[in-house]
Amino acid sequence: MSDLTTPNLHIDADKQDISVRATGVWIVQQLAARGRLDEIGKQLAHVHSKNNSDNDKVHWDLSGITRLDHLGAQFFWNLWGKKPPNHLQLGVGHDALFERLAQLGDVGLLKSPPLRFAWLYALGGALFRFSDHVVGFIQMLGQLALDTGKLIKHPLRGPWREVSANVFHIGAQALGITALVGFLIGVVLSYLSSQQLRLFGADIYIVDILGLSVIRELGPMLAAILIAGRSGSAITAQLGVMRVTEELDAMLVMGIPHGFRLILPRVLALVIAMPLIVVWTDVMALIGGMVSAKNALGLSYSFFINTLPAAVSLPNLWLGVGKGAAFGLLIALTACHYGLRIKPNTTSLGEGTTASVVTSITLVILADAVFAILFKDVGI
Amino acid sequence: MAMMTENIIEIRNLWKIYSSSVIHQDLNLDVHRGEILSLVGGSGSGKTTLVRQMIGLEQPTRGKVKVFGELMDGSVSQHVENARNRWGMLFQHGALFSSLTVFDNIALPLRELKTLPENLIHDLVMLKLDMVRLLSADADKMPSDLSGGMVKRVALARALALEPELLFLDEPTAGLDPESCESFVSLIRTLQSALGLTIVMVTHDLDTLFELSTRVAVLAEKHVIICASPKEVLALPHPFIQSFFLGERGQRAMTALNLRKP
Repeated sequence: MSDLTTPNLHIDADKQDISVRATGVWIVQQLAARGRLDEIGKQLAHVHSKNNSDNDKVHWDLSGITRLDHLGAQFFWNLWGKKPPNHLQLGVGHDALFERLAQLGDVGLLKSPPLRFAWLYALGGALFRFSDHVVGFIQMLGQLALDTGKLIKHPLRGPWREVSANVFHIGAQALGITALVGFLIGVVLSYLSSQQLRLFGADIYIVDILGLSVIRELGPMLAAILIAGRSGSAITAQLGVMRVTEELDAMLVMGIPHGFRLILPRVLALVIAMPLIVVWTDVMALIGGMVSAKNALGLSYSFFINTLPAAVSLPNLWLGVGKGAAFGLLIALTACHYGLRIKPNTTSLGEGTTASVVTSITLVILADAVFAILFKDVGI
Repeated sequence: MAMMTENIIEIRNLWKIYSSSVIHQDLNLDVHRGEILSLVGGSGSGKTTLVRQMIGLEQPTRGKVKVFGELMDGSVSQHVENARNRWGMLFQHGALFSSLTVFDNIALPLRELKTLPENLIHDLVMLKLDMVRLLSADADKMPSDLSGGMVKRVALARALALEPELLFLDEPTAGLDPESCESFVSLIRTLQSALGLTIVMVTHDLDTLFELSTRVAVLAEKHVIICASPKEVLALPHPFIQSFFLGERGQRAMTALNLRKP
């Protein structure tokens, strides 16, 4: 029973007085052992049930405690209802702990009362946040227009080094992944369509189906979604970390505007790189489709390539490439918008990056729908 | 006398070699219970590396580091885990969790034990806040809303949450203004005597050094050239000590030492 390394309680209940004698080590590592506090609590519940009046008659003898820390002291203190009991005996040097507790008194955490109509506040908050985002986005668009004007006026003073670095990171380094995904989607699309076309004996229309869908729709969409996930998140995280490390503030202090040196180069880079990536993805998807058309339907490569220009008119290509540039603009603006709004803490960084990718993909799909309606008579 | 010199940390023949450079060469050091030991040395002399080896964040290339009698060689055992709960570390920049409030930062080590009831944790956090002289109104703040001095106090409260016997301080007063620096030093001294802490401290600040240290260990030439009381250290005729302590900066701080121990 009297193990010296664990907290122990000895309870002696006479007719009138109850004495509780604590011995052993009452420190956090011991008290935090699984089930120990419950066990002690159970023992003490026993005391309280026997002595159903008040605590005043209990004699507390803590002089047998060899080591006591703040957790142990706080445990007893809470047990006594945050005041010293009438009959108390303390070990050597332990009174300082209880003095500190008595001095501190009962300090509660200030909790604000629960709001009535909390849903109304939530709705209002959401509306304000949304309008704040919209205003911020429009402001950034305006700033971008001004910065572009400045660039056209003094083209030699433009941030060309940043632009070329971003074209490399966003464009050149994305060639591998876009090629792989484009090729595979081409293969899948071609296999699926060829199954259906063979039923009707309309094998040669595979070129029309693949050409039109890839060049007009799928190429730009695939490229945009991949780039939004890959580069949109990178831009947001980069700007967010610059906020955390105060680099953004340092730039402002040196008189370097964020719009001209951070946003403009990224937007320019994406507007330049996206159409190129769209063309690259188109080519890879068509090669994938061509390979599987040869396997599934026996169409020769030369037939495929020769028929393609007749099947897909030129406006479709321009439409696809133009969409690429527009998507690039949207992705860059969304990524910068969220990046500059990140607050200097880790949660905000994660939330901002997620919001940036989700929003830019949603915007790209929305814009694609708008394009589909606006250009429904072009090229088909 | 045997009781007086119980060693909490023992470092024996320690070598630390990074790919091409030798940081520590045959280094020996003891830390006694209840003392405040300061590690000083020029920049790049491996003070922080030494502390990181004591708390097991890095392993020595050769030699032994024992803390509370446990060998810190990177192996994870229950003994090492238990020893880990017996020390606290105050990082140079606080290393507070930026997404948690002050209250949650201090409560985190207590909640990690998974067995303590929330009301007890609440009381303990409030006690720790009071011990580092912060107000209960500060408990709801986020780390980004705190001043440099407050960040250090919260970090100290978090380091003290599990009632450690041993406390590591990495540059405790770096980046603080003289006033908060002074009050932080007196806070450390008060806590050290009230809680019977053993403190290992890395510092460049001579005022802090002379105010607090029971012993000073000087790192130079890749090992501890002397580990003794500040006065004895000053008496050693070594070029590093001469330039570090006895320059103009040192003379000013020395007056503090003379005032404290007449």
